[in-house]
Amino acid sequence: MLLWSSRGRTAALVVFAVVVLVVFIAPLATVVAAGLAGSWTGALPSDLGLARFGTALSGQDLASLSVSLQTAFVAGAVALILGTWAALAAGDAPGWLRRLTDAVFHLPIAVPSVAIGLGLLIAFNERPLLLGGTRWIVILAHTVLVLAFAFSAVSAALERLDPAYRRAAESLGASPVRVLTRVTLPLLLPALGAAAGLAVALSMGELGATVMVYPATWKTLPVTIFGLTDRGQVFQAAAGTTVLLAVTLLALIALGRIRGRAVLR
Amino acid sequence: MTALLESPEAPAARTRRPAAWLWVLPPLLVVLLTVLYPLLRVLAESWTGDSWTQVLASTLFRDALWRTVTIAAASTAGALVLGTFLAIVLAFVPFRGSTVIGRLIDTVLALPSFLITLAFTFLYGSAGAVNAALSALTGDPAPLLDFLYTPAGVIAAEVTFFTPFVVRPLLAAFSLIPRAHLDVAASLGASPWTVLRRVVMPEAWPALAAGGSLVLLLTLNEFGIVLFTGAKGVITLPVLIYTRGIVTFDLPGAAVIATVQVALSLLLYAGYRVAFARMTTRRGSGDAAVEQPR
Repeated sequence: MLLWSSRGRTAALVVFAVVVLVVFIAPLATVVAAGLAGSWTGALPSDLGLARFGTALSGQDLASLSVSLQTAFVAGAVALILGTWAALAAGDAPGWLRRLTDAVFHLPIAVPSVAIGLGLLIAFNERPLLLGGTRWIVILAHTVLVLAFAFSAVSAALERLDPAYRRAAESLGASPVRVLTRVTLPLLLPALGAAAGLAVALSMGELGATVMVYPATWKTLPVTIFGLTDRGQVFQAAAGTTVLLAVTLLALIALGRIRGRAVLR
Repeated sequence: MTALLESPEAPAARTRRPAAWLWVLPPLLVVLLTVLYPLLRVLAESWTGDSWTQVLASTLFRDALWRTVTIAAASTAGALVLGTFLAIVLAFVPFRGSTVIGRLIDTVLALPSFLITLAFTFLYGSAGAVNAALSALTGDPAPLLDFLYTPAGVIAAEVTFFTPFVVRPLLAAFSLIPRAHLDVAASLGASPWTVLRRVVMPEAWPALAAGGSLVLLLTLNEFGIVLFTGAKGVITLPVLIYTRGIVTFDLPGAAVIATVQVALSLLLYAGYRVAFARMTTRRGSGDAAVEQPR
């Protein structure tokens, strides 16, 4: 409790409410409202309807959504497996190797995604590593970017894990594989669920690296949305963004459930 | 007795270790091939022809570099101010619904940044809602707010998007301050400002440094917000990499810009790691307290 007078409290909360409204709620609400709007010339949107969502969920736009979902789930799954593997193995590694792993895995967070995309475009455009022009270069780009977050989420959770569980299992004669599958991974499950949710959400909204590498046959939803705004179809772009938000939130909630069930166990 | 207990443990640990650390190598090699090798290829590509002298001599590049740095610095300052205020209220002025707001802030972190630019077109654009409302009030049909396609518009969008990145580490740091400290200071007659300055903020500096350098890094690298703004006057380095590489297909030129940007980002990232390490060693696990008890 910092403010004891009720006047000070009220003043602080009013300013807080205004900031939250302007910074967090207004942008989200605006995009959803613009997706619903037929036109928006006054202070409020007019001709509300679901027609734009019909367009956003059919034809080309639906295909982009499907591409985005496939990319996000494949990239998220690969990143989660690799990230968990690296985090678990780095825990047992000598100090210098752990620091090296940590630095290399965090590299995609530090450098701009456009540079990652440019690098992949240059490096994977020749035999024997020919991925340019296929869907795999998009999936690879997403995996690389999401991997950093998966690794960092799992290693943070691993650090908070009480080593006593693992030691107890080991002292009772459990093999390393058994300790991993019966003790460490179940304890990590909430963190893995949260990491998977974050991975899917970040991949769904990724633009910088995708725009550098995507082929015309594998257009993700953010790329399609950018194309719409570029052509001046901002209302349709808003409807597409609303669909993107809804699907992302659904994925976050669904994968967050893993966390809820594991906590009860 | 202790010797008896420890002796079976020690050799087991020693024999397992060499095999255990070998397990790091497969994922590490994958990342070296898919992250480090492409970045090294960018560096190599930048040396084809005289692209370095060409790019460094162009005013477009120098303007973009300066603009990128100033936009990032201004956005970070704004996000720090706004984020500190939000975190202080969330942590120390309890009200109903604060957990919902905390969740909202966590969710916004995972959303795409171009959403903000898109929302701003409808809100603050020359034909947007706020201008229409202002025109109705003043009776003047000319739009009052016209900052969207200027650096100020990008800064406003980046402050909006990156403020949660400051709120999160600050909330973690604040939750480690015992409530009793605040109560004792207040009962001794300290005003809220004094408590804030003398008790709360000293604990918050490491978190503020970590959050601030992360936001500075992310704003330097920000692409979606600037691309969706689409204005000629606000081209930053990441957008310049895109237009050079994809629109005009000048890969060596794009590689030079990317190399400069990567060097800049890595320098800052090293600074962030130092700040973050200081924060976690001083305060225990800084990230652990983010989740509030339910």
